[in-house]
Amino acid sequence: MTSHLPALVVTVPLLTAFAAFAAGWLRPKLCFPVGLTGLGITAISSILLLAEVLEAGTVTYELGRWPAPWGIVYVVDRLNGVVLAAISLCAFIQWISSRASVKSQFSDRIGAFYGLELLFVTGAMGITVTGDAFNLYVLLEIASITAYALIAMGGGRAPLSSLNYVFMGTIGAWFYLLGVGYLYIMTGSLNMADLASILQGMRSSQAILVAFVIIIVGVWLKMGFFPLHGWLPNAYTHAPWPATTLIAPLMTKVMAYVMMRLVLFLFGPEYSFGVLGLKDVVVWWASLAVVAGSVIALSQKDLKRMITCIILIEIAYMVGGTFLGNRSGTTGAIFHLVNDVFMTLCVFLAVSSLAFRQRELDMDAMEGLFSEMPFTMGALVTGALSIVGVPPTCGFFSKWLLLKGALEAGHYEFMVALILSSLVCLVLFFRVFEAAYFGHGERSHGHHRMREAPLGMVVPLLVVAIGIVALGLMSGKVISSIIEPALPRGVL
Amino acid sequence: MRILGILVCVATGAMLIWASGEFPPWGDPNSPASLHVSPRYIEKTMEETSVPNAVTSVLADYRGYDTMFETTVIFAAGVSCFMLLRLFSGRERSSHHYRHILTGLTLRVRRKGKQLPELEEFEPMDSLWTPYDLILRTLCRFLIPFIQLFALYVIAHGHHSPGGGFQGGVILGASMILLAISQDMRSALRRIRERTLAIFSVAGVAIYAGTGALCLLLGSNFLDYAALSRIFPVDPVGARSLGIFLVEVGVGIAVMATMIVIYHNLASEGFLDEGL
Amino acid sequence: MDRILEVVIAKYNYWIYIVLMMIGLYGVIAKNNLVKKIVGMSIFQTAIILFFISMGMKKGATIPIIIHGQEASVRASDYINPLPHVLMLTAIVVAVSTLGVALALAVKIYKEFDTLEEDEILEKIRKS
Repeated sequence: MTSHLPALVVTVPLLTAFAAFAAGWLRPKLCFPVGLTGLGITAISSILLLAEVLEAGTVTYELGRWPAPWGIVYVVDRLNGVVLAAISLCAFIQWISSRASVKSQFSDRIGAFYGLELLFVTGAMGITVTGDAFNLYVLLEIASITAYALIAMGGGRAPLSSLNYVFMGTIGAWFYLLGVGYLYIMTGSLNMADLASILQGMRSSQAILVAFVIIIVGVWLKMGFFPLHGWLPNAYTHAPWPATTLIAPLMTKVMAYVMMRLVLFLFGPEYSFGVLGLKDVVVWWASLAVVAGSVIALSQKDLKRMITCIILIEIAYMVGGTFLGNRSGTTGAIFHLVNDVFMTLCVFLAVSSLAFRQRELDMDAMEGLFSEMPFTMGALVTGALSIVGVPPTCGFFSKWLLLKGALEAGHYEFMVALILSSLVCLVLFFRVFEAAYFGHGERSHGHHRMREAPLGMVVPLLVVAIGIVALGLMSGKVISSIIEPALPRGVL
Repeated sequence: MRILGILVCVATGAMLIWASGEFPPWGDPNSPASLHVSPRYIEKTMEETSVPNAVTSVLADYRGYDTMFETTVIFAAGVSCFMLLRLFSGRERSSHHYRHILTGLTLRVRRKGKQLPELEEFEPMDSLWTPYDLILRTLCRFLIPFIQLFALYVIAHGHHSPGGGFQGGVILGASMILLAISQDMRSALRRIRERTLAIFSVAGVAIYAGTGALCLLLGSNFLDYAALSRIFPVDPVGARSLGIFLVEVGVGIAVMATMIVIYHNLASEGFLDEGL
Repeated sequence: MDRILEVVIAKYNYWIYIVLMMIGLYGVIAKNNLVKKIVGMSIFQTAIILFFISMGMKKGATIPIIIHGQEASVRASDYINPLPHVLMLTAIVVAVSTLGVALALAVKIYKEFDTLEEDEILEKIRKS
């Protein structure tokens, strides 16, 4: 079975989604265990697949036994493999943690909710593993449509925010499709490796240039890169907590992976960085986006909205890091992608535990939380330190690489933006911790009893927090064995 | 917003039209798209899959994996409409209206709450009430079986003529929606219940994914229909044709159920009692 | 004059679809009513679908169903390109699914705010 791992990694969540939906109609109590089993198998398969790639090199899988470019092929190299493992682990942990929330909010349509969550995971895994440009589009739409529906379950303003996300997300995805269409008219192929080799000889074509621009703009729209980020704060803030903790760590990072795959492998580093002098323009723009994201995050009063706006900063790091064009920058961007999945998951899970107990998330409600919910706040501190970039958490190492890359490329504005935004994140989280630790105000009357969130929420949260520190301690090994060899040859 | 919209659209349109300067002329048989990958589909479809319709063979065999996810997309849309709109508590009303079918007498029952139980001789009147139209009802009752027969023909004949799972599934769904429009939603729901529709939609996609998994279990790659020749008495090329047919059936069932679910949930705002 | 006519005849199909795309895009960006935005999105998607279909055309070719009796001597230039049609079957289904979800969201928004005009909804949100 091991050689079929690439297919398993997408098929298992798909079949689990069908089983969970059917169970919702026949025997609702089975929905959670069915999903748990499916996601567990997926996580194990993706780790085995990563191990196979590290041992044997790139793994190719032909679906239907048709060779590329006539059939669809799955290509798993180191970049894919590590992102797949991150996504499946994140989904597995989130599934366990959100059980209490889902049961309390959606018990009359639990099969549908769980089914759509599993379909979202299928879409995210499929986007990462595919080697065909059109197949990527179909899986992107699966992930998007399920995300639209999950976000709209929040009640109140959620349907409107989701509808705005529908408009912008659809334009982004169909821009990507239009770009693929332009590439198809000029080359006749849809397979990524085939396109890469044909495009080598078409460097000066204007149609290819427009295709490149339109694809990247479409991907940026779905990623939430400033100024195309308008949908993100509202959509993620008004969504119900189980949906936010699943979608926020995954959706934008998977789109960042798509951008890296297209820029580094499909169009190639020489083209992407050389055409139109894009390298410098994009890095300047990314620095601007980092500053804008920091300003937006600073001006938020609600905790959930604040951590949502931090995603904007992280995405801008990844775009800037990719387009720096040197090994350190690209390595930093890829490592930051993997880190950010877990950092975002940690912070969102922690705040969702707070919300489960507290219901209100403005700064007044934070008082005395350190003594009431020590484990949750401890995990939140770890996640916050990682976002700021404090060793030995993993966030420090990826930021270090990004700084090094910016220095080597001579982009001092990106260095300034990185340092500035780290300070801003420090300020943001310090506000929360100060209120939670010192607790002045009407609500504090001496000693607070410990009133933690349920065990099913705290244990996964602690696992992620420990994982962030562990990833940081092992970062040297991870970078040298997985990420460094993943870069294409053209990146100097 | 208007000025921004106009600027964005004009700029994007100009950029796209500028790029089209390099495109091959319309209808050029020597364009890269016509020469690179697709000639094999046309030339080899008969000998590799024994299906004359090249579109069906590419859709369900060469690129069958895409089609499986396409079916999943439509399934996800049906589930989403159900999850977003469905309200199980029923509409609250202060009075209900009934019409005696034979005499045309109209009754108003002033009683809060849900609908009264159904009676043969009385027809509940909807808020968007249309008169009891004998011609419309009888005509549609005659037409619907033939529409469904045609839909099954379209699904089955997708190998030899334009057609296939999606097209036939939509026609099947449309026949039930016609029933719901010409009579009322309750009659349509009596014919095919909500739970049945949900199971059908899952079953359809599960048939597709299940065929692929079956090929996996028989030792070959996912969705490689040639592996089916081990359990069915056909040669590998015929097995591909059989595999294409199986997945088309799955697609047809899933699309039919999803179309009906989406219509029911949208038209009755989630209550599934009255429609348009 | 002849040159311009030549270029137009060779490319006018692409231009028409690009113009249609931009009309749809304008609808999504600039219209106030939510249903008009949904319609604009639908026009945008349909224009891209038609764009793809038009690229598969070959002069003098017929639909890509192998003619009964001619299976032995199939030439690719006798049949139009099936691949864009396949891709667009998928895209049409995706467009319909997105439309279904968008309409369900519009129904939900109407139930909550009693209006479908975006400025009125924002006004109500600001007041509450």
